[in-house]
Amino acid sequence: MWSFSHIANELHEWLSSIFNPTWTLVIEMVLAGVAVIGLFAGLGLVLVLMERRVAAWIQIRLGPNRVGPQGLLQSLADTLKLIVKEGLTPNGADKLLFNIAPFIAMIVAMLLMAPIAFAKDFQLWDMNIGVLYVSAVSSIMVISILMAGWSSNNKYSLMGAMRSGAQIVSYELSAGLSILTIVVLTGSLQISDIIHSQATGWWIFKGHLPVWIAFVTFIIAVTAETNRAPFDLAEAESELTAGFHTEYSGMKFALFFLAEYINVFIVCAIGATLFLGGWMPFHIGNLTDFNHVMDYIPSSIWFFGKTFFLIFLIMWFRWTFPRLRIDQLLNLEWKYLLPISMINLLLATAMAILGWHF
Amino acid sequence: MFIIKYIKEVYRGVKSLLVGMKRTLYYFTHHKEIITQEYPDNRDTLVMAERFKGEVVMPHNEKNEHRCTGCQACELACPNGTIKVIFKNELTPEGKKKKAIDKLVYHLELCTMCNLCVEACPSDAIKMAQTFEHSVYDRNELTKILNNPGSKIMDGVE
Ligand code: SF4
Ligand code: SF4
Repeated sequence: MWSFSHIANELHEWLSSIFNPTWTLVIEMVLAGVAVIGLFAGLGLVLVLMERRVAAWIQIRLGPNRVGPQGLLQSLADTLKLIVKEGLTPNGADKLLFNIAPFIAMIVAMLLMAPIAFAKDFQLWDMNIGVLYVSAVSSIMVISILMAGWSSNNKYSLMGAMRSGAQIVSYELSAGLSILTIVVLTGSLQISDIIHSQATGWWIFKGHLPVWIAFVTFIIAVTAETNRAPFDLAEAESELTAGFHTEYSGMKFALFFLAEYINVFIVCAIGATLFLGGWMPFHIGNLTDFNHVMDYIPSSIWFFGKTFFLIFLIMWFRWTFPRLRIDQLLNLEWKYLLPISMINLLLATAMAILGWHF
Repeated sequence: MFIIKYIKEVYRGVKSLLVGMKRTLYYFTHHKEIITQEYPDNRDTLVMAERFKGEVVMPHNEKNEHRCTGCQACELACPNGTIKVIFKNELTPEGKKKKAIDKLVYHLELCTMCNLCVEACPSDAIKMAQTFEHSVYDRNELTKILNNPGSKIMDGVE
């Protein structure tokens, strides 16, 4: 049957038959890199358009509908515009840091692609500390934001960057704790193990209350970590112009913009993997017939379907809730989310030990 | 009790967020609520809201007569000097001199569409029109004379 893993294996065998193992590895790495960049470009186009359409419908507007059929080419036209724009570097800026900051944002996003399982047996690197790797690498993101804010030599940028620092450092905690809930239940940090543990039902169904709480905490925390409304204090266009990327223009701005959407995709992919079973089809316990029917839907469709559902959820948040003030933001984390997820982790541990889940 | 207050706060917060999300989901799924007008595609069928005010005009009847007595109430009412009333002297049939308006100058570029002049006018000589495509290449074109050339005051309006 047609599948991503099938194509990947064929390709590997074909390359191995021509080159020696070292060259095969090198060529495969280059191919993977190109594929990831292609995926980024595709995701950027799709997600920007999706965001604008969702935003428009939620705000009772029509949204982009002029360029191409149903406005489908709008984000392509925007990309073209950004490419031909001048990439300005302000006089007082720290040139080196200013210019590498957007690339660091992109590199972090690329690194995060490594452990994500896009389909059955289709993963760049199934390392045994996958979940830990994701939460460790995703916090490098804050460095690129701080770098951009500091090197711009602009009050607004610096303020945005500082806020974003406070925000990401705080919300990392509850994101980590809610991820730990699943790790406790699975007993493994490896992404493929976590997905296989959901073969009899996704954790969101099997784990009931503690997993529901962890899921809600996770969604709130990752919305904050990706700096999206209602937690977009780092950008806050009404008070800080555009926050940390005020001084950026042209393609360098586009990279930040793209990195935001890529990060949304990544955190939703992680959320889908941990709570909704990644590429695992919808299975109910031991109902073999039902499970077989579900298996006919390709695993990549399951994965992208779940991921896009979570992305829609995050977009829905963005266009519904007003922005929090910085004190409310920190209150929410330190007084509500953190204590709740700590108690929840205890509950989940008890549940894992006593076997209270299905 | 602290803990009960805490739980209540969390409950209230979550509930109000869910109410908001329910509303936006309703809008997301009900496209007939969309209020965007696809101007200028629908220029021919465009329906303006009744309260929309686009410009001050002076209606004339078919005999080229208007109702303005030149009382200057509009000029006084206007907060930003948009209207200037310029007079001329006319001879009535009995040979008496009578004051009448020569021009009612209206500076569209200054007007804030506040409607105060229309409310101030004692003889209903001016009203707000609903036109809105006002852009021109030369701003002198925005200075308008509201009364038509050769127009007279309507009979019976004092
Ligand atoms: S609408 Fe207001 S600003 Fe315009 S002419 Fe009348 S009084 Fe003046
Ligand atoms: S338009 Fe009305 S208020 Fe103004 S001068 Fe004429 S009659 Fe008087």
